Amino acid sequence: MHPCSPLDDTGRGRGASVSLALAGSGGSGVMTAGTMLLDAAARAGLYGLFVRTSGPQIRGGEAAALMRLARRPLDALDDAFDLLLAMDWQNVNRFADEIPLRASSLVIGDADEGEVPPVFAASGARCVALPLKKIAKSLPGSWTNMLALGLAGGLAGIAAEALEAALRASWKRGDAQLQANLKALHRGLDEAAKLAECGMARLTDGASASGPRWLISGNEAAGFGALRGGVRFVAAYPITPATELLEWMAPALTKVGGTLLQAEDELASVNMIIGAAYGGVPSLTATAGPGLSLMTEALGLAVSAEVPIVVVDVMRGGPSTGIPAKSEQSDLSFAVSGLHGDAPRLVLAPTSIADCIATTHWAVQLAEALQAPAIVLSDQFMGQSRAIIDRPAADAGTAQRLTAAADTPDYKRYRDTPSGVSPMAIPGTPGVTYTADGLEHSELGTPSSQARDHRLQLDKRERKLLRYDYGPRWADIEAPGGGSALAVITFGSVSGSVREAVARAAEQGVAVRLIVLRLLAPALPERMEQALAGVKQVLVVEQNHGAQLLRWLRAMHDLPGRPASFHRPGPLPLRPGELTTAIVDWAHAHRSDNPSESQAEKEMA
Amino acid sequence: MNDVCPPPAVLTAVNYKSGTKPVWCPGCGDFTVLGAITKALASLQLPPHEVAVVSGIGCSSRIPAYTSCYGFHGVHGRALAAGTGLKVARPDLTVLVTGGDGDGYSIGGNHFLHACRRNVDLTYIVMDNHVYGMTKGQASPTTEPDWDNKLAPGGTGIRSFHPLVIALAAGASFVARAFSGDPNGTADIIARGIRHPGFAFIEILSPCVTFRPEQREWKSQVHAAPVEVTDDPARAARRIMTDDGFNVGVLYAGQRKAYAPARCPAPRTVAEVAEEFEL
Repeated sequence: MHPCSPLDDTGRGRGASVSLALAGSGGSGVMTAGTMLLDAAARAGLYGLFVRTSGPQIRGGEAAALMRLARRPLDALDDAFDLLLAMDWQNVNRFADEIPLRASSLVIGDADEGEVPPVFAASGARCVALPLKKIAKSLPGSWTNMLALGLAGGLAGIAAEALEAALRASWKRGDAQLQANLKALHRGLDEAAKLAECGMARLTDGASASGPRWLISGNEAAGFGALRGGVRFVAAYPITPATELLEWMAPALTKVGGTLLQAEDELASVNMIIGAAYGGVPSLTATAGPGLSLMTEALGLAVSAEVPIVVVDVMRGGPSTGIPAKSEQSDLSFAVSGLHGDAPRLVLAPTSIADCIATTHWAVQLAEALQAPAIVLSDQFMGQSRAIIDRPAADAGTAQRLTAAADTPDYKRYRDTPSGVSPMAIPGTPGVTYTADGLEHSELGTPSSQARDHRLQLDKRERKLLRYDYGPRWADIEAPGGGSALAVITFGSVSGSVREAVARAAEQGVAVRLIVLRLLAPALPERMEQALAGVKQVLVVEQNHGAQLLRWLRAMHDLPGRPASFHRPGPLPLRPGELTTAIVDWAHAHRSDNPSESQAEKEMA
Repeated sequence: MNDVCPPPAVLTAVNYKSGTKPVWCPGCGDFTVLGAITKALASLQLPPHEVAVVSGIGCSSRIPAYTSCYGFHGVHGRALAAGTGLKVARPDLTVLVTGGDGDGYSIGGNHFLHACRRNVDLTYIVMDNHVYGMTKGQASPTTEPDWDNKLAPGGTGIRSFHPLVIALAAGASFVARAFSGDPNGTADIIARGIRHPGFAFIEILSPCVTFRPEQREWKSQVHAAPVEVTDDPARAARRIMTDDGFNVGVLYAGQRKAYAPARCPAPRTVAEVAEEFEL
């Protein structure tokens, strides 16, 4: 609907957050410096979001550490970066779209490594040349990236003690080199002080985080949520960008007495977890679009045989091999409807990096309680980014599966119960053996092609998902300004940007209700109707080319008015500024529908 | 392998049958394989609820529901994957994976290779009749290249797959051939396969009297392997590659250690694992 809006150049909320980009060629150490900078920010009581981006090379290509720091938790990158610090300019211009700058931004480069590429200079940002390599050379034994750490940290307003502590904590080499690099760090801080008159945004003083915090990536968070839910078996086939989830789980599972097995392909991994879950052990695999495609047939088996499994799909650009290391929310249609036959399944989406813990945990609980497959739609942005978050609430309990007692009289594995859930006999339990089957079956589990059995089992499998009480977690609903007649609906990793845009729109007098869906399937029409009570128009925001969420919502709900859509494929993130413009323009177009806005305008007048 | 005390009552083959009537044609070799499996389980006195029979799709893959054990009838070609997940997650169970030549060597070929090399303690029983029976008579990987059929008139022209050599090369630690027409011999080989620690591959010649009636002649062609079982894979390979395809018996039983996942002697709590995230 809306093209990229021009960048907000008013320095909106200056000091509320600061965005830094450290870039350079492979081996220049920008990721090390970025990691230490985030650690220093954490030590200084800040929150932060750290996104890594790199060129297509397997190793050694250009890389950029993108970071946003604030005194409040962050779920989205900002509209532009306040600082671009380049160790060199080799291929760094490839990141131009990912590192938007504004006129108030500061660009620092080493003149000995070349001129600032025109694509960055054109932003009107102030460009400063510093001989980074020469300075580092003048401090024997020091590294250029530690000079950059001091420089970026100083400009952002991070205390010297925090930067020094971060460097010391990660130091694995000798003391002489540590002293040299501490010198480089302080030299960077000195250079930052000299650049103070450039007026780069820096964090204003304020309260530091008071409670305990965690540093975690979305992939680790999803893996941890799975452990909390009780997952003790994982079958794994590596795929970008889900591999880190599996790599985190390998040692973690062993520590808690579980097992991870590397499979020969995704067909094997999903069937392995079905086998393990049939054996009574909560099980999970993680993959991306190509793997999910391969798993589809077995997901149908899990539906039919009523075996609980969880598949985390860390979405990337598609179709086919697509853009493996970049984010996109384009597996939604496939996740909610991509199985043959009438195959009810659970589809959930975490709403932030922190929420990857709770939503994956919930997915395990739901899958186990409902004896059905659950797909968790994470994505590359959420999965591979790291964030400083508040320590999540304590463990909310492991999953509970309804199991059959030994020697249950007249045991029928697929008995037609009011809830649709029937007790599952776990192998090893005497007197209740049965055969789990992907063939349609009678209540006993014996294969059947009878119309009555087919209808009964289809009804049962549908009913168990529809009758379940999902409670309030199906969506996060925020209504700033009360009863707005306008609602924005979104899901997944873009909801961080959308939440920020809704807040900015509210500052501009445009109040909209925000509905962030966590449960995408089954659709809950009654809940949605309640959430949309009084709403006359909806705007659906998502990161894909085909407006997949809008289509799904239109299929499953009676949406009011003329549903509008803001959708754009990956790999670039949806930024809060452009979403604010989209929301405000859309709200103005429906001014007559929105009493709260007309009221606010009258008051302003 | 289970380490269980035998229940007080002695279990016989009939205790392992569910009573469900098989879908197989009269005279199908799979009937006697079913009988041999139940005899083998009875000979080991394994309680039916501690045994799981896992299969994919095809005529022979219907076996799980015909037993009184726990059964799993999954999707085509993935029985070994499901059985592997089950056995690794539940090492206390005895897991048999059953199926046919199409399920195991064609659509499931990749899983066959990796199950052999992974060496999880499973018993894989393939009822090989050189034909897709359930879809009514197409060539499978073990079908002779000149066998005429509707899907490949005049034959596929493709040389047939040699499952035993492939299994040996891929690392199976127990390789045997049996014949369904000899239920007692087959039961003995299956029992030895179950007792073998590691991946035991048992190829059973099991005639399809409907689409390959000429296989009725197999009973006059099979003969006991004239040599003792070997643990030398090179000798076994030579034997298997040069025999006439009707040599019945345990042809290889190696010493390779069965797959055992890393186990933590003193498991920690999930909360302790979370400490790595604390700032």
